[in-house]
Amino acid sequence: MSVPTDGDEVPVLEVRGLVKHYSSGSRLTRDRRVVRAVDGIDLTIGRGEIVGLVGESGSGKSTVGKCVTRLTTPTAGTIRLLGRDITHLSRARMRPLRSQVHVVFQDPFSSLNPRMTVEQIVSEPLKQHGVGSRRDRESTVGEMLEKTGLARELRSRYPHELSGGQRQRVALARALVLRPALVVADEPVSALDVSVQASILNVILDLQADLGFSCLFITHELSVVEFISDRIAVMYLGKIMEETTRERLFREPQHPYTQALLSAAPSADPAAVRAQERIILSGDIPSPAAELPGCPFHTRCPVAVERCRTERPALTAKADPEHRTACHLVTADGAPDLQALARA
Amino acid sequence: MSTIAAAPAAATTSAVLEVDRLHVEFSTEGGCVMAVKDVSFTLGRGEILALVGESGCGKSTVAMSIPRLLGDTRARIEGSIRLDGVDLATLSERQMRHVRGKDISVVFQEPMTSLNPAYTIGRQIVEVIRQHEKVKRSAAMRRAVELLALVGIPDARRRLSAFPHELSGGMRQRVMIAIAVACDPKVIIADEPTTALDVTIQAGVLDIFRRLRDTLGTAIVLITHDLGVVAEVADSVAVMYAGRVVEQCSTGEIFARPAHPYTRGLLGALPSRALMRGGRRRLADIAGVVPPPTVDPDECQFAPRCPRATAACVAARPPLAPFVPGHRVACIHAGGEETA
Amino acid sequence: MTAAVSAVVPARPRPQWRRIARRFLHRPMAIVGLVLVLAFIALAVVGPMLTSDPDLQDFQVVLSPPSLAHPLGTDDLGRDVLARVANGARVSLLAGVVSTAIALVVGITLGLISGFYRGWFDAVLGRIVDVLLAFPFLIFAVGLAAILGASLTNVIAALAISQVPAVIRIARGEAMSIRDQEYVSGAIADGSRDGAIILKYVLPNAASAFIVQATVAIPAAIIGEATLSFLGLGVQPPNASWGILLTGAQQYLAQAPYLAVFPGLAIALTTLGFNLLGDGLRDALDPKGHR
Repeated sequence: MSVPTDGDEVPVLEVRGLVKHYSSGSRLTRDRRVVRAVDGIDLTIGRGEIVGLVGESGSGKSTVGKCVTRLTTPTAGTIRLLGRDITHLSRARMRPLRSQVHVVFQDPFSSLNPRMTVEQIVSEPLKQHGVGSRRDRESTVGEMLEKTGLARELRSRYPHELSGGQRQRVALARALVLRPALVVADEPVSALDVSVQASILNVILDLQADLGFSCLFITHELSVVEFISDRIAVMYLGKIMEETTRERLFREPQHPYTQALLSAAPSADPAAVRAQERIILSGDIPSPAAELPGCPFHTRCPVAVERCRTERPALTAKADPEHRTACHLVTADGAPDLQALARA
Repeated sequence: MSTIAAAPAAATTSAVLEVDRLHVEFSTEGGCVMAVKDVSFTLGRGEILALVGESGCGKSTVAMSIPRLLGDTRARIEGSIRLDGVDLATLSERQMRHVRGKDISVVFQEPMTSLNPAYTIGRQIVEVIRQHEKVKRSAAMRRAVELLALVGIPDARRRLSAFPHELSGGMRQRVMIAIAVACDPKVIIADEPTTALDVTIQAGVLDIFRRLRDTLGTAIVLITHDLGVVAEVADSVAVMYAGRVVEQCSTGEIFARPAHPYTRGLLGALPSRALMRGGRRRLADIAGVVPPPTVDPDECQFAPRCPRATAACVAARPPLAPFVPGHRVACIHAGGEETA
Repeated sequence: MTAAVSAVVPARPRPQWRRIARRFLHRPMAIVGLVLVLAFIALAVVGPMLTSDPDLQDFQVVLSPPSLAHPLGTDDLGRDVLARVANGARVSLLAGVVSTAIALVVGITLGLISGFYRGWFDAVLGRIVDVLLAFPFLIFAVGLAAILGASLTNVIAALAISQVPAVIRIARGEAMSIRDQEYVSGAIADGSRDGAIILKYVLPNAASAFIVQATVAIPAAIIGEATLSFLGLGVQPPNASWGILLTGAQQYLAQAPYLAVFPGLAIALTTLGFNLLGDGLRDALDPKGHR
């Protein structure tokens, strides 16, 4: 057991070889299918870092969030929260640690208890963890609501009386009221209109600068992940394809999937649209229930070779230790360029 | 060809669809909801017009009122909608059924619920074709294969016997588009057609719309909240706010010279347009909320949220007036330098 | 940031029960329901003290229609119908309300736990409930009452037990669907205790289903008591209940229809009262309701 000497050296979250399989089908008959939602991923989040986890539907990004917050138990791998192994903690043993990790969901219409007032919703975590007196709690809640930009008079309102943006602020206030070390945000702005989304993203960055929490930000929107993240991991079919800093990922994406994803994202800039050759992938995302040998992306990859169909590439750093890619074709000398291919 | 081709040829030859001063009201328990107020636009052959705005701005109501899908009992509709010069309001429900699916077809957001789960997709496409055209089943089948190939479904012949649940979301949306173009419609109404799709799938579907416009000359009304989608495929744009069109121009123009403060706000709120302020990333957000649809004062409805609002803004409602040729804006402070 | 900090610090928010009361009192039909229910409870509590002896037989006035001396008439043994309806209210309301209350407490507890945790407990309980629900409510109650023996307590017990399976099934369904809501996941992720989650998240959100169930169950139990008494498995004559009065009136329906009308009216009005009260309560407890 390595006992950390300096608090800053322990990552807030350390995930190693995380696997989560769901089985579907009847328990009685033989025809059971295994859905490989997450199939062996590593992820580290440092103190005060915002890590974006981006992927399309079925990539397993939300399952990672559920495992990290221990809303579900992983099939294999380890999860360390502030250096402590929480992979298999029972619900009772996990309970005191839950003050350190909180979650914000996508849908602000179903993530707040409709029978509680805003004040009750935000103070509930304090009550459950027995923090402070009634008076202390009241002032903490007020302070938190103020930080998230909610007017005091909204305290006694019910969720249905609030707009989508206000509800998401309440969800943020609740998630942060115990000052957790880690916040898992699962598509927190995807259900919101663009102008409201902008204000929520601003609040998240403001709060992060103010309170210094780390954040696992799960989303399918590239522009959002580019705006908010320090580091980004791209997921596809339960595996991380590429992981690096924000600047590097958008400047020089290496993995063919990342390149296709960036190219497919509609850009609100007609000049850029015309300048770029669009990479349109053929086919669909394969079902995560099918067992696929080799690289998960080989069925749609325009540059796949025989090796991609048989051998699963590991997520490794090629030239730069800060830039890790799971692709056979990416080497220290360079990466395939799908843009050039599309132009040709 | 068209069932209403016998009608007198319209004076405006290029316009396929003309919407003139459309006004839609719903009477609800909470009072009269004015969903659409005084919306006009024309759509030419082979043109993609994007109606863009945030939730509740009335864009979907406009879309649904064109093929008269709002249900006459709830909604009160004023103004005229003309297809090739024929006022759709004058048609009987029976004639209208013939127009729907034949001259105007609709693609909805949710491909999961728009297909009948009990029939194969081949049968559903053939049914639509045979409903509007007198062709043999075998000919309709051949047509269905062509249509599936047109929307980029590989192995089209085999896919005809597939049931909707056997297809992915992207494939289902392609099938919906194939059904929509089955009878070579003049106008397709696409209501957030890619919102439920993944981004790599969305790119392919948007590409289909571009191809339909270029090869078949189909006119498309595209309802979307996503300015990225607008930039990708639309030829012209109408930005809606609180039931009204506040800015209308070509796609290039709206991104190069957005004139209405609301349009500027929307563009500034895009995460890809983040600003650096004080060493931190920031987005420009629009303060305040959309006014309730139950009131319609004679003033600019955006004024309470507008950084440039003055007393003149609430003195009278600014009309949608030409700003530069081909670019109309409903704002007395239109243009000028970018508000930071 | 648009930090909306108001200058005025508002007074402490009004307590929740006050808001609920306000919303309730804004509903005229709910008040009618409340008045009806209270009126019958009052009838049950003070009625017997004000009226004459319900068992006093006066053969001078057998089967006489309503008069000044006997406002609701007399029965075949010359007993005062008003006195008997007032006394019957006690038995009927006790049987209806108490049995339903017991069934709700037991059924909701078991159902919520079963639906929230799933697992083996749920599997076993689910099967038992399925089997018990195969018997119609009244047949089940008759069987139980026959085993327990005839007395008011046993009638209440039989009616309560036979209502439990239906309540379990409703509570279990509610708990399962609410368990999947994100706000429950959020509460688990916040480290809330299971007990707190069930009491603060699941129960309040399932409340309207239980109120609806109660408003249907109370009248059903009142009629159930009548049936049991009619079969001789309930309260024994000469004790009165509305059910006994109603069944006794059957033989004289042609000569003295008022014998059936008044107990029948009592049952109908009580049913109506509980229904209106239940609707009002359901709306008042729902924060989405107006005002």
